[in-house]
Amino acid sequence: MYKKLGLDPPCSPPILLDRTKVRGEFGLQVDELSGQHLYACYQCGNCSSGCPLAQEMDILPSRIIRLAQLGQKEEIIRSNTIWICASCFQCTVRCPKGIDIQAVMDTLRQIALDEGVDHFGPDQIDSKHAAEVPQPGLVGVYRKLST
Amino acid sequence: MKRIGVFVCHCGINIAGTVDVERVAREAEKMPGVAFAMDYIYMCSEPGQLLVREKIKEEKLDAVIIAACSPNLHESTFRAAAEEAGLNPWQCEIANIREQCSWIHSDRKKATEKAIKIVGTIVGKIRLNESLEPISVSITKKALVIGGGIAGIQAALDIADSGYPVILVEKDSSIGGHMAQLSETFPTLDCSQCILTPKMVAVGKHPNITLMTYSEIEEVSGYVGNFKVKIRRKATSVNWSTCTGCGLCTEKCPAKVPSEFDRGLTTRGAIYVPFPQAVPNKPVIDRDNCIYYKTGKCKLCEKVCEIGAIDFDQEDLIIEEEIGAIITATGYETLPIADLPHYGAGEVPDVIDGLAFERILSASGPTTGEVRRPSDGMIPKEVVFVQCAGSRDPERFKPYCSKICCMYTTKHALLYKHRVHDGQPYVFYIDIRTGGKGYEEFYHNAEEEEGIVYLRGKVAKIFRDGDKTVVWGTDTLTGRNIEIAADLVVLATAIVPTESTAELANKLRIQTGPNGFLSEAHPKLRPVECINAGFFIAGVGQGPKDIPETVAQASGAACKVISLFSRDHLEQDPTVAWVDEDLCSGCRTCISVCPYDAREYDEEKEIVTVNEALCEGCGSCVAACSCGATQQRNLSDSQIKSMVTASLGGE
Ligand SMILES: Cc1cc2nc3c(=O)[nH]c(=O)nc-3n(C[C@H](O)[C@H](O)[C@H](O)COP(=O)(O)OP(=O)(O)OC[C@H]3O[C@@H](n4cnc5c(N)ncnc54)[C@H](O)[C@@H]3O)c2cc1C
Ligand code: SF4
Ligand code: SF4
Ligand code: SF4
Ligand code: SF4
Repeated sequence: MYKKLGLDPPCSPPILLDRTKVRGEFGLQVDELSGQHLYACYQCGNCSSGCPLAQEMDILPSRIIRLAQLGQKEEIIRSNTIWICASCFQCTVRCPKGIDIQAVMDTLRQIALDEGVDHFGPDQIDSKHAAEVPQPGLVGVYRKLST
Repeated sequence: MKRIGVFVCHCGINIAGTVDVERVAREAEKMPGVAFAMDYIYMCSEPGQLLVREKIKEEKLDAVIIAACSPNLHESTFRAAAEEAGLNPWQCEIANIREQCSWIHSDRKKATEKAIKIVGTIVGKIRLNESLEPISVSITKKALVIGGGIAGIQAALDIADSGYPVILVEKDSSIGGHMAQLSETFPTLDCSQCILTPKMVAVGKHPNITLMTYSEIEEVSGYVGNFKVKIRRKATSVNWSTCTGCGLCTEKCPAKVPSEFDRGLTTRGAIYVPFPQAVPNKPVIDRDNCIYYKTGKCKLCEKVCEIGAIDFDQEDLIIEEEIGAIITATGYETLPIADLPHYGAGEVPDVIDGLAFERILSASGPTTGEVRRPSDGMIPKEVVFVQCAGSRDPERFKPYCSKICCMYTTKHALLYKHRVHDGQPYVFYIDIRTGGKGYEEFYHNAEEEEGIVYLRGKVAKIFRDGDKTVVWGTDTLTGRNIEIAADLVVLATAIVPTESTAELANKLRIQTGPNGFLSEAHPKLRPVECINAGFFIAGVGQGPKDIPETVAQASGAACKVISLFSRDHLEQDPTVAWVDEDLCSGCRTCISVCPYDAREYDEEKEIVTVNEALCEGCGSCVAACSCGATQQRNLSDSQIKSMVTASLGGE
């Protein structure tokens, strides 16, 4: 029907929630690999408000955590956020619940890479911009690939 | 002529910021009768009061006017100071130049003119003030507490423990209220009945407490310290003085009535005791549902009762009591699910309210604490809790926050999880409100450690699909709608005042607010008192609150009663109406206008008198009296005339 009307498929389909999703494989995997506890997040948004790259992300870091809580793996893997993230640790030091969001981001990148999804590499930075990229950003990029 | 002193207060910049206080003092000095005037930064301070006392003596003043804030705040302060310096307290008056002048104006010149006029009116009045003595009324040191929930229980126990007799009136057959229905209580999860029943037993046994259950207030007259109350003791159809509470009748009764206590999840007989720990533990016959009262046949209970306690002919009794103070603690009900069409209006099975879930969780409940859903007894694995069901919805339902449901829903989800380990609780909420000691921590633990999923958003619709109850909600945090095929849905329905609150408030002549809850005299400083003297309030009847807050408020109300009873006489303001017997024609117009029933016709003298203890000094009768026979003390016609003249700029 969407095609007939020349529309994109729905971008906010309802989440059909059940206990296999909220405490299913994906959430447990993220918890285990990151050593964090997703359900400690109470969605204050402090990670997002302090994130220096938030304006470039299609999904804010706090919402990434939220989607992970609700088992929304596909949406996370499709997002550019995990690749834009510079692993700068701003979010981690700010989180009032002591969650290492950066570690969650690392984990999500790893899961995405395992799924064969890759969005960004240092080779994608053209030489014109390479000089302007802040060092922590570059370090972050390499760090991302080392996980 | 009286020598009058005028003291103009700056109140920091509260008054002096807008009113030229020095000029007010200078102008006051010129007013007839004023012998002395001055201004000072804080009249109410200790040095300010000292000034008043000193000047009264030095200047040989006969009367003083303090031009300052509202008399509600400091009239008593300055009257006490005047009295200390040897004046009669009614020779001290307040001219309110703050609330009625500086705070509401910005033009300094005009505000100053107005302040001068205000002072002028009081000068005009005080010239003719009589010296008065307070009216002394005796006190009946016996309290009435209406409502036997935890609020009424606590208040009754506190008053009784301090040695005063208390009558506790409860409309149901047992005391306990809603707390008796609860399973475990947040945030410590202690068993509700375990902490409540000792207090219930204490009420039943207390030598100073007369417990009147299955009773309601019929009529209240009189005034603080001297109320006359008529209590209707409804016919129980069982002679409680001989009934041993053996329970044979309740077992044998063939009628089946949905149990109110178990929120309709079980049935009871027409003769019943609401719950096993009831105090008093005596049955009543619910005549509307009794087969004998409906058809004339049955009387099974009478047959099985070995001591012949059943009395089908029992009638309501009206008991009259003299009472000194009244605490109203009539508690709450919850908004019926039937009022929530989008949540199935009570027609969708397995959509229940919080109190029903308390019964399901309760060890003494219909499932002895096992979580089973009502429709088929299945152990639900997906349970959705819906907060703010009917609360915080000014367009369609109640505008206010019911305050306790955030906490009890978290408790419900937690207790469910403790009982059904592989089950998943979800909570839909707008905000999570956990203000209270240990409350936020309780919620954090539930979310973090117990895996309860909180979804931020309202539920739009709940409907049945096969044996599932489908919930359409949203989660604004992901920005996605949420659909859950639930096994059980629990609604945190809005807290509303008990149905009879309005009618009872009318009988007591106390106020209720826009949402029907009982009104306090001042939202901050007089939270347990009503505007009318001698009336106090406690518990959820005043507004939604949890048990700790209810108990604190009940003890507060009890303390107010105890402090009232600690005096032998009450002193009342003598500025009440009085009658010039020679002028009164006996027309009785005043009787019809007096809102406080303070006017009585004296058959012998053929005039109308004033009951000074009841008169609130409102002046309605004074205005209505066509003979000029009724006057108000220290507000006589001539005083009012000179006040009006002064306010118009004359002398
Ligand atoms: C689902 C649910 C769970 C809760 N869980 C908790 C919890 O875990 N912890 C906590 O702290 N709080 C909890 N609460 C709140 C708690 O129930 C109240 O704070 C407490 O019961 C209030 O007591 P009360 O005496 O004011 O009112 P009630 O318990 O309502 O008592 C009022 C009494 O007055 C009687 N009455 C009413 N009208 C009249 C009349 N006209 N004449 C004579 N008698 C009358 C009633 O029959 C009743 O016995 C919960 C509430 C709900 C709805
Ligand atoms: S680590 Fe990533 S998500 Fe966190 S603040 Fe830095 S860029 Fe943002
Ligand atoms: S700062 Fe921490 S608690 Fe707040 S939203 Fe981010 S991850 Fe959640
Ligand atoms: S007479 Fe009424 S109360 Fe007694 S057993 Fe029959 S139905 Fe029950
Ligand atoms: S206490 Fe919570 S659930 Fe209850 S009305 Fe207020 S916000 Fe809604």
